[in-house]
Parts: sequence; C-alpha cells; structure tokens
Amino acid sequence: MTAWDTQKKARYGRIEAGSRFAEGKVVSKDALPRFLDAVLKPGDRVCLEGDNQKQADLLARALADLDPARIHDLHMVQSGVVLPEHLDIFEKGIARRLDYSYSGPQSARIARMLFGGQIELGAVHTYLELFARYFIDLTPNVALIAAVSADRDGNLYTGPNTEDTPTVVEATSFKGGLVVAQIAEIVDKVPRVDIPGDQVHFLVEAKKPFYVEPLFTRDPGAITETQILTAMLAIKGLYQPYGVTRLNHGIGFNTAAIELLLPTYGEKLGLKGKICTHWALNPHPTLIPAIEAGWVEQIHCFGSEVGMDRYIEARPDIYFTGADGSLRSHRAFCQTAGLYACDMFIGSTLQIDLAGHSSTVTASRIAGFGGAPNMGSDPHGRRHPSEAWLKAGAEADPASPAPLRRGRKLVVQIGETFGEKNVPTFVERLDALDLADKLKLDLAPIMVYGDDVTHIVTEEGIANLLLCRDADEREQAIRGVAGYTDVGRGRDKKMVEKLRERGVIRRPEDLGIDPLDADRRMLAARSIKDLMLASGGLYDPPSRFRNW
Amino acid sequence: MTSWYEASARQRIDALADPDSFEEFIGPEEREISPHLALFDLPEQFDDGIVVGKARLSGQPILVAAQEGRFMGGAFGEVHGAKLTGLLRAARELRCPVAILFDTGGVRLQEANAGEMAIAEIMREIVLARAADIPVIGLIGGRAGCFGGGGLIAGCCSTLVISEHGRLSVSGPEVIETNRGADEFDSKDRALVWRVTGGKHRYLVGGADLFVEDDGGAFRQAAIEALSRPAALDILVLADEQERLERRLARFGAMNEARDIWAALGMLRPEAVPGLATEAFLAEAGHKREHAHDAR
Amino acid sequence: MEKLSFKFQTNRAAGGDKSKTPKNAIVGVVASGNLEVLIERSQPPGECSIEIATAAHGFGPVWEAVLSDFVTRNTAGGLKISINDGGARPDTVALRLAQAVRKIEEDKA
Repeated sequence: MTAWDTQKKARYGRIEAGSRFAEGKVVSKDALPRFLDAVLKPGDRVCLEGDNQKQADLLARALADLDPARIHDLHMVQSGVVLPEHLDIFEKGIARRLDYSYSGPQSARIARMLFGGQIELGAVHTYLELFARYFIDLTPNVALIAAVSADRDGNLYTGPNTEDTPTVVEATSFKGGLVVAQIAEIVDKVPRVDIPGDQVHFLVEAKKPFYVEPLFTRDPGAITETQILTAMLAIKGLYQPYGVTRLNHGIGFNTAAIELLLPTYGEKLGLKGKICTHWALNPHPTLIPAIEAGWVEQIHCFGSEVGMDRYIEARPDIYFTGADGSLRSHRAFCQTAGLYACDMFIGSTLQIDLAGHSSTVTASRIAGFGGAPNMGSDPHGRRHPSEAWLKAGAEADPASPAPLRRGRKLVVQIGETFGEKNVPTFVERLDALDLADKLKLDLAPIMVYGDDVTHIVTEEGIANLLLCRDADEREQAIRGVAGYTDVGRGRDKKMVEKLRERGVIRRPEDLGIDPLDADRRMLAARSIKDLMLASGGLYDPPSRFRNW
Repeated sequence: MTSWYEASARQRIDALADPDSFEEFIGPEEREISPHLALFDLPEQFDDGIVVGKARLSGQPILVAAQEGRFMGGAFGEVHGAKLTGLLRAARELRCPVAILFDTGGVRLQEANAGEMAIAEIMREIVLARAADIPVIGLIGGRAGCFGGGGLIAGCCSTLVISEHGRLSVSGPEVIETNRGADEFDSKDRALVWRVTGGKHRYLVGGADLFVEDDGGAFRQAAIEALSRPAALDILVLADEQERLERRLARFGAMNEARDIWAALGMLRPEAVPGLATEAFLAEAGHKREHAHDAR
Repeated sequence: MEKLSFKFQTNRAAGGDKSKTPKNAIVGVVASGNLEVLIERSQPPGECSIEIATAAHGFGPVWEAVLSDFVTRNTAGGLKISINDGGARPDTVALRLAQAVRKIEEDKA
C-alpha cells in the first residue's frame, strides 16, 4: 500500500521533537541549539532568510554552531548569501549543496569556496526564478525566517522589510515543511498580520532586531559630473522620446543622478507628469526630491531601506503601506511588476562585450544575479500595449505588420566607459567565460543577454541596439560608445559615422547637450543632508552618511 | 547658493572676495611645488595645495589664503606652509588683515619636520600680526575640517567663522580611536565626531565665534563682520582667555557627552541640535552659548 | 610618476581677446581620480604642447587618443597645457581640458 502522507507525518515528528524545547510555539534562545538539532535531519533542504536586506542572523549563527556529525549535507536554498555564517556551514560540512541568487557581500569568499570544491553548486538564479522553484523542485523542508514581532499564536509582523518571507512561508508551510521564525520580541498583538500564525510552527525571541544592510542609499555627494552627463543623456535621449512612465532603476550612481535630475533638468524639459510616474523600486532616498516635487504617483517596493521608515509612513499615497501605517514590501510581486508592468529597466554593470552581453563576474568575485536578469529581460508573455513598448517594438522589427508585432521592453545599460580603478567596462571577452570554464558550468553567468539589451548609455552617447540590423552593426554601435577603452579605440570610424547619421548612435551634441553643462549644481540634492531636509526631517540617514 | 563645503579653494576665494578683486601671489604658473613629494613618487600640485593673494572685501583690502582640502587632505608641507608664513609677514608690513580659509588634516607625513616648523612659524606670525592690531580671521567649513597643526593655528586667530559641516580639533577621530580604543571614541560614529568637533558644538562652547550656513555668501558676510571685531593680542587678552578656559573646564569638565554640555547651556532639546536648521539654531544658541567676550 | 609629452599642430588658435583674457588658467585638483590642468598662452599660434605627470602608468596610447581628439575639436593653438594627474579617467581628462580652454577664453584678465 502506497503511503501518501509521509511529509505530513514527518512534519508532525519535527513538531513533536521541537516542542520538547518550547513553551507553546516559543523556543528560548538558550534552547535554540538543541531545538535545531532536534528538528533538522541530515540532507534536509533548508531555506535560511538570507534576503537581499534582512538576515535571520540569530538562526544563521545557531545553524553554524551545530555538530556536523549529527546534522550534515544540508541543501541550502536561499536568496542571498550575505552573512559569514552562510558560508561557515559549508566549511564545517553542515551544508553541502547550494541554490541561491545573490552573493554581493560574500563575493570573494564564495568564489574561493566554489573553486576549492567546498560547495556543490546547484545553480545561481534570479530572485523570481528561485522563488518559482520553491514551488516545483526546490521546496524547503525547513524555513528559518526573520520577522519583527509575533504574538503567541505565531502571527508574524514582518513590517517594512517583509521582502521574501510570504513567498518562503507559502512554499514551505503548505507542502509539509516546518517554519521557524526569529523575532525581536513577542507581543500581545502585532501591529498587522503579515503571516498568519497557522503557517508558523515555532518562534525564537532574539531580543534585538534582525540585521539589515543599507544597500540602496547613494550619497549625492559622490555623484560625478560624468554620471550627471549620462543621466542627462538618458532623460533627454530615452525617457522623453519613448515617454517612459513605468520603470525600475537598478541601484547605482548613474540612476541616482537621474532621480536627482528629475526636479531640475526634467522640469526644464517640461517632463513632469509625462515620465517616471509609476515605479517598481526600493525606497531610494535619492527619489525624495522628485516625490516631493510631485513627479511620482506610486512606488511598489522589493524591500525597505534603512532610515526611510518615517518618510514612507508619512507618504501613504505613494508607497504600499499596511493598516498599521508601515511599508509592506514584497520581493516576488515587485519582481513580477518589474517584469510585466514596467516599460523600462535601466541599470549598471561591470562588463559589456561586443554582442551586448553584460556581467558582474570578475576573475575573483562572484556576486550572483539578484533581480537584474528578470528586470532586464523582455517578457514574451506580455500582452498589454503602451507607447514606449510599441515604439521600441517597431524599431526592432520594422518589417512585420503592426498587429503581429510584439512590443519591446526598454532594457538599458548605463555607465561610464571606465569603471572603478580605471578598469574598462567594455571588453572583447567577458571574465564570466573564464569562470564558466573553471567551474565547469553549462552557461557563463550573464546578467543581461545582448538580445534583451535595447540601449547602452555612456558619457560618449547612446547606442540604440534596436536599430541595428546585424551583428556587425551591433558591434560597431557598442564600440561607438565605448570611449577610449581598447574596444572603443578599435572602432571602424567610417561605420560608426554612418550609424550616427542613422541615429543608431547619438552623441550629446546630437541631443543638444553640452558636456560642460553637466554640473553638480543641477542635482536637486547634493548631499545626504539635503535629502534629509527635502524630506522635511522624516528621512533618518544612517550614521555612516552623516557630516553634521 | 554656493556650497562652501563642495567648493574648491579658488571657488571659495571667488565667493568671499569682491568680484574681480583677487590677485594671486606665487600662482600655479610659477610652479613653486613641493621639493619632497617626488621622492615618494607622489603627485604634485602647482600651487602645493594653497592659494594665496590679495583681494578686497566690501572695498577693504585683505590678504587671503585658501587651502585645497582635496589635495593631500589639505595638509601642510614645506612650500604650502611657507606661502602662508610669507603672507602673514606681508600682512604686518602692509598692515592688512588676513583671512585664512582652512581645510586641512594637519601636517603631511612626508614633510613632517618642515610641516611642523611651518606650523610654529605661522603661529608666531599670527601672534606678531595681532600684537600689531591686525585681524587674522579663520573660516572653517570644508571636507577635511581643521585638524592637527591647522587646529593650533586656528586657535591663534582673532575670530573664527564655522559652518555645521566644519570640524575643529587637534587630534583627529581616527587618532583618538587608535590611541584610546573604539569604546572611548568610535571614529565611525560620525554623529559623535560632529558632536565633539563639529561647528555647532564649537559655536556653543565658545571655540568658534560666528556660525553660518554652508553658503559662500554667508561666509562672506561673516568674514566682513569678523574683520570688524577686536584683534589685539596682549597680556590682558591672554589673561581673559585663561580665565575663560578655566571657567569652561569648571563648568563642563566632568561631562563626557556633548548633549550634556548643551543641556547645561540651556538648549531646550539637546538631541535635536544637530538637526536644527541654521536660523533656528542661531535663534536659540545665540544667547545661550558660551561667549568669548574679549578673549580669543 | 610617469611623464608624458606631446606636441600637436593645429590651425585652430585659442580664442578670446588676448588683451582682455588671462595669460593662464587653471582647473581641477590633484586627487585620486582627478587632475589639474594649467593652460598658458605661450606657444606659437599653430602649436599646442602638452606635458603630463601621471600617477597611472602605461596609459600612453589612451592619453594620445584623448589629446589628439581634444586638439581636433577645440581651439587649442598657441597653448601650453601642463597636467598633474592623480589617475583620472579619460572622460574626466576631456572634461577638465574643455573647462580649462573655456576659462582661458572667457575669463576676464
């Protein structure tokens, strides 16, 4: 007789084993090591929150302290490899296999451990893709999550940094898995219920808030004149002609410059209300001046950002907030919004090759993908039209009859031709290929593929890849904006001139922009303090950004 | 609004002086560069990081020196120091007031001996100038602040103007942390650094005389005001200064948090002081701060 | 520090009324990623000479390309350009050169 409820029984066994260390659902901090030892089994698939920002740091430390003789060969499935403990467990043999998305803070160490064979890599994913697999073939047996507070029934308040939690819990709890939540405190009544208690099995009181990385704060004081020039090019050369109202900005100084140029340069061009009204975006402090000047209708967020809580609570017309007033973020839905409901993604990268493929992989660092492959991809399932989408589609495929011609999402790579330490952005061969060799990967880790990229913006101008008719034109269009890098200096000057005549390449002067006008005085805010003042004192900048 | 904090040395002089009135001495075309930096294979700057010259301020002749805080942290070297020493000697001969636009972390490690000597020479020149009743004013509001030897020189000036971004001290935050540990002073806690060395605190506790917005026009107005203040330095002034400092020590010596000092001064909400806009801050601090009276 | 030196011929002389515009102009600051550019009106009108001291070694060909484009696109005749470079990127170099030429042509002496 086939048994069809083995997972249900297994979960019941875990709950029984764990309850010996709990009062109701609450496990004390002291009992945590023994509790984890009791509820985990060797070879379990475990999701440890490891989000982009918030970290279940108490549970991570406890996991790393387990005895590998008793708990070993775990298969970790998590969005972010962020804390040292996330890799310690592999070094100790507690975990063996890893499927994940983003490893920015651990990019050097994870590279060493992958090369050294200490981690068996499943795959590196984009966030939405990993979430999708939680429901098909990477369903967790145990989820170790982070919440702000809980009541004794297990109802959780995840607050502004809700991020991945609802997705993780949905996949785990409804498929026989165990959900253990780290919280700062138990309360009588949570401010709002983000996760209903019957989906949560155990609570551990950490007595202090979970750790959050301030990832999306860019100091306006660090924005250079060249970055301002690229921002001016983007606004006048892309946002304006395509009429981009719905968009996502990848994090970076170029996009921060665009955000700070809207109330000034954008205003001068008469673009308020015509562009940048609806956003899939984390609460970037650099968007505050544009919000205050009335540019923005609404923003949906992947997560929150340190210091922005009070500002968000005071702007419920703009942000998604719960009945308690605080932000409700949701990475899975925001990623979906960025895929289907936005007409543009614009972000920066470390390397671009002659086909337009881009990657952030270097010889010694593996940062993973995060959300960019999803945000920077053209969704073939999209059916609703918009001005920008149809216009881009017509440029890409002028021959097809209009009713059968799908539109195109604008996917823009923006940055200076030389990056940090004067390393060229444009290369003939991506470092990602070397990595694929070394790790014997089926695919080189490409962030955005060349056939998804529609435009490249550098200080030399804008290359419109939609208008390129073949691979040669595409290569020369890229060389034509690659400045004084080897790739740029290797251009076919005649061909680049022809491309410029056709409008495939547009230089600042073609758009009526004088590079000498790219001045820091054009920024709506030139310092973190200016941002704080623009918010009416509602924005609380983290200490590292203060100079007053 | 020109941000003083963001401006270069030359842009600050432009903002301070009457239009078209500035004439540079020993300009970059003279190439009076440091004789030492090449030994360390370090980049040189044609003016060695300080711009000196004469100008007019509201019609009145002044001599000006402006440090470039982004070149080697505005630090003093042999030539850099000599330009300021020479300027101060000229001030005495011409009987002309001096404005020093500070933006310095102290003395260059690579030119330590020459730099320290320059600090001492500059301090003596300021004292001699003031003994002859010539004002020597200091303006502080740049990225590097006014630390080390710069702090010592500032202490000799007749009037100090500071903005909230400005910092004034001798030992820098990292030096204190290295010597005393992070528990004593966490140099990464920037809010703390500004509570201890920043413009608002210096103004409140009497270490600086005029507090201004981070704006070229505001510094200019304050400089005009500063030049009209008493500049003489004699034994009576020193005695007053001694008394003032003893009083400060008696009043605040037992406190180890700036907010306690501000509370003792009568500031209504000490924790809100750093966030106050300039007008609101001056409205309250103006009559509650420790006054320098005649002593500087 | 690497020292580089270039001489270009050009038929585009620096503008501005020579009696009114200054004999020299300076822009920029020597810091990481930045540079200072000193321009002097001291060469014969058809010539532009450029002296560079740079902290970033081995970028000779890039300097040549940047400066050659600069001389082609700007009115650089008669100018001696002296650069102290803290490792600035080519786009910053091009920007400072353009700022310096504008300054010497437009500033009042």
